[in-house]
Amino acid sequence: METYYDPADLAAFGDIGKDAPHLAAKFFDYYGAVFAEGALSEREKALIALAVAHAVQCPYCIDAYTTACLEKGSNLEEMTEALHVTNAIRGGASLVHGVQMRKIAEKMSL
Amino acid sequence: MNPSLFSDTLRRHGLELARGVTSTLQINVGLTCDLACRHCHLEAGPDRVEAMRHETVEAVIACAGRFSFAAIDITGGAPELLPWLPRLVCGLASLTPKLIVRTNLTALTRPESDALPELYRDHGVALTASLPAVNAAQTEAQRGVGVWETSTAMIRRLNGLGYGVAGSGLELDLVSNPTGAFLPAPQAEAEKRFRQDLERRYAISFNHLYTFANAPLGRFRAWLERSGNLDAYLARLEGNFNPCTLPGLMCRSLLSVNWDGFIYDCDFNLAAGLHHGNRQIHIAQLSQLPAAGTPIPVGDHCFACTAGSGFT
Repeated sequence: METYYDPADLAAFGDIGKDAPHLAAKFFDYYGAVFAEGALSEREKALIALAVAHAVQCPYCIDAYTTACLEKGSNLEEMTEALHVTNAIRGGASLVHGVQMRKIAEKMSL
Repeated sequence: MNPSLFSDTLRRHGLELARGVTSTLQINVGLTCDLACRHCHLEAGPDRVEAMRHETVEAVIACAGRFSFAAIDITGGAPELLPWLPRLVCGLASLTPKLIVRTNLTALTRPESDALPELYRDHGVALTASLPAVNAAQTEAQRGVGVWETSTAMIRRLNGLGYGVAGSGLELDLVSNPTGAFLPAPQAEAEKRFRQDLERRYAISFNHLYTFANAPLGRFRAWLERSGNLDAYLARLEGNFNPCTLPGLMCRSLLSVNWDGFIYDCDFNLAAGLHHGNRQIHIAQLSQLPAAGTPIPVGDHCFACTAGSGFT
């Protein structure tokens, strides 16, 4: 079945530079530098990327960073905990807006 | 992917894979093993009966005496299951500066192996143990139920003898192969993490960790095929081809003897049935070490040793 998201398309990411090579070059250089070993290890950065990939629900990123996490030495226990961090922040972001709801409701209620 | 693809890749890079100076003798004593690990390139297991005969053991010791090897490396299967292992260890220990025995750790816990750790210690044998991960789930997914507890308990016993303990001179190295169709973690970072986790959580120590890609052979290849991972895995290995790994590849300096006495350039070519020099040569008939420049037979499994930082 055809879908908008074909896993094979991920390998064609570089094609995005075809009509704006200078911008793509800047992006990919920056991207590479971001994920290089720094104050955070490559493994830690891959776990953050995996968590963010789920927050933005990007199938390409989930595919790429699941593999990257495993290849950097993370295990499913750690990767699942990272997703719960995503979930806690996403869920918490909804729930914390309940403060607004309560403020508004309390203001207009007897 | 076809078997000639590795040759094509070498040609594209203007490279040739040929032997250098032979410095290591690896002895595969057989396919009998107490485990049936899902990544095993040799399909070793409890049902396999192929094992080195006593006369071949003696031929190997004689060969080690005829030549000079900087290291001799005993592997399997589970070497502990070979009845002649103590003879092999005692016969080889004085013939090389470094005698290594590979262990899956669980085979060392059998009652029949009870005296082996002390025998290793007394002969200064270096141990290389398999431990794919620092958690039970990944370890047991690859090696079988119960392996985590048994393995960590055995490392603790070896630590008690001085193995893997700084200053003891008794070397205990760990080998980690990925627990699936992906590449291994970078060695330095993985070693740091293994050391921290194993010390903190389990109070066990080791000297070095080596991370190696799984070779697409044997039981691992069968799993790759069954699970629909074969093409993507081979493409991943090929896509990570690193020409800088070539000079340090083990097949250039190692001579691998199979349980039946025939020789290969490495344990993976042994599993693939690719004989050294493309012909059957028995260890007892080996009158000189392979000449530098002798071509090494290759297959698509060779990409496992040239991916990323390589398999040396």
